[in-house]
Amino acid sequence: MAAGTPNTTPLLSVRDLIVRFYTLRGVVHALEGVSFDVGREQSIGLVGETGCGKSITARSVLRLIDPPGRIDGGSIAFQGRDLIQLPETEMRAIRGADISMIMQEPKMSLNPVMRIGDQVAETLLIHDKSLNRRTARAQALDMLASVSIPDPKRLARRYPHELSGGMAQRIMIAMMLVTRPKLLIADEPTSALDVTIQAQIIELMNALIDDIQSSVLMISHDLGVVAETCDRVIVMYAGQVAEAGDVETVMSDPQHPYTAALLKTLPDQVDADEPLYSIKGNVPSLLTPPTGCRFAPRCEHAMARCHNERPRAIPLTADHQVACFLHDAAPEPAAEPAAVPA
Amino acid sequence: MAHYIMKRLFTLMITVAGIAVVTFFLSLVVPLDPLAAIAGPQSPPETVERLRKLYGFDQPTYVQFGRYVERLAEGDLGMSFQTNRPVLDDILNFFPATLELATIALIFSVVFGMILGILSAVYKDSLLDHFSRIISLIGVSMPVFWLGLLLLLVFYFQLGWLPEPGRLDIMLIEPPRITGVLLIDSVIAGDWEVFWDALWHAFLPAVVLGLFGLAGIARIARSSMLDVLSQEYIKTARIKGLSEYLVITRHALRNALVPTVTMIGLTYGSLLEGAVLTETIFSWPGLGRYLTTAFLTLDLNAIVGGTMLVAILYSVVNLLVDLLYAYLNPKITLAQHDA
Repeated sequence: MAAGTPNTTPLLSVRDLIVRFYTLRGVVHALEGVSFDVGREQSIGLVGETGCGKSITARSVLRLIDPPGRIDGGSIAFQGRDLIQLPETEMRAIRGADISMIMQEPKMSLNPVMRIGDQVAETLLIHDKSLNRRTARAQALDMLASVSIPDPKRLARRYPHELSGGMAQRIMIAMMLVTRPKLLIADEPTSALDVTIQAQIIELMNALIDDIQSSVLMISHDLGVVAETCDRVIVMYAGQVAEAGDVETVMSDPQHPYTAALLKTLPDQVDADEPLYSIKGNVPSLLTPPTGCRFAPRCEHAMARCHNERPRAIPLTADHQVACFLHDAAPEPAAEPAAVPA
Repeated sequence: MAHYIMKRLFTLMITVAGIAVVTFFLSLVVPLDPLAAIAGPQSPPETVERLRKLYGFDQPTYVQFGRYVERLAEGDLGMSFQTNRPVLDDILNFFPATLELATIALIFSVVFGMILGILSAVYKDSLLDHFSRIISLIGVSMPVFWLGLLLLLVFYFQLGWLPEPGRLDIMLIEPPRITGVLLIDSVIAGDWEVFWDALWHAFLPAVVLGLFGLAGIARIARSSMLDVLSQEYIKTARIKGLSEYLVITRHALRNALVPTVTMIGLTYGSLLEGAVLTETIFSWPGLGRYLTTAFLTLDLNAIVGGTMLVAILYSVVNLLVDLLYAYLNPKITLAQHDA
């Protein structure tokens, strides 16, 4: 993992991203002012509970949000260009070539009626019109070999249903990295796999990422995986960024009550005799999100202003931001007990 | 593969034998006397009895059945009462016209059904989608004879855009009969005038006959396409940077074809049924019309022969569908069918 980022402009810079879903039941405020950066050769973890907007954030970067979802505001600057403003044809040239994505269900993410070799070669052929079929096939075979697939030639002629989940995820990695993209989005790449091969896949992915010098945006609900593999971490809650910073800092000294609570839920942090910790209350409905801080109704430290005002990201250090009024310059004195049913 | 086909052909023979038996017993329970029908309404009872003896209908059922099986085993379908010729000759004579009509209708319903279904899935809830659903609704719910008469009335009698019923303009001379399929025979004879006229004459009956199938295919194609488009691998294709056109043609289409092909197989069966009515309306000299007359005159041998032909065709089409299935879907191997 590359530690430093010598280049000053980040590879990807998301600012105030707003994504809404216009459903029959109302408008779902899926993302509300999400901002973060991904540096060159950096690996960023995006963590949070199911439904907090991690995957939508990732799909927004590729501009592949299914209707009725829509990007309603903000900017996504990739290498200086705002992806939101790009015409569709230029966006297509970026997808798969500069930004790729690996998904959660590898077996369902491969086309069941297409040979594996062809699927890997297709990514190359789409983006390089001068490439002929044979060279693309050869490059695909090389790529299959580099994701540690035994006998790539034979496997290239197979169909996805003949593969195990781990094997399928290797294929996905090969398919998405064969073009040497600058940014790889990994959406829960190991969640659907057996525990025994999760580490293998992560290791393999990181080795390849290092090799082609790209950045990773790793989406996970598994803080352990993020802690092991990422440089920075972004903690999301209900469509907003709660805290962002260096992995070690955030994990060892969380500043947002939500991050702290999330870390407390990790089983290995808990005394074996104590019952598992759980955060009280439920994730708010994004049809009618809380007006102030979206975590306020569940927060043990919530103050009056938390319910009315939305906290902005407050920089604690150059590399650590937290969106919480507890860290505001003029903190209110004692935290009243939250007016929330337990 | 070859083993699989052999096995299927063997089961086909059992099916045909079963159908032969069922048809025989069905003909026994028909509450009408076929011999009275042959002899004519004014015939004296003695004539009817003489005919009964002549055709062997006076024998006990098991004897009749024994003779029937014996005949079939020799490939003899018996004589047709209405034409006084062997039923087999009649079938060979009339079937090519039906095959021609049904094939054109099938091509029509598959091509337009697929296009309509896929487009309405891709442009879901658009004007085109609603239009295609109305077409499907009409196609499924409109009886063939009603639609046929209606279109004939409008496009032939009123507007005069389309030709009169029949297979060919009466001024044209049919090419020498080789296959019996006019479109093929005219090409062999190099007679393009006949070819185009025959195609022109087949247009309206084929549309009427094919609309039911088109509706079914469009509906299945639409729903399976919608299902496929929501799959993860479609997202993968988009992430790879494919254009929406390539996503649909290269990744979605073949996956959506699998359920649609089943529907096409079933459609072919309904085309053969629909041919009975369509051929009558459009004076099409095919098997459908032959069988209609056979039913109306209780021409038992012709009915049995026609039923068996349809059963065999149906089974053969199903076999072809299964083979196509295995080709389209790599998850299906024919060895699994064997197991």
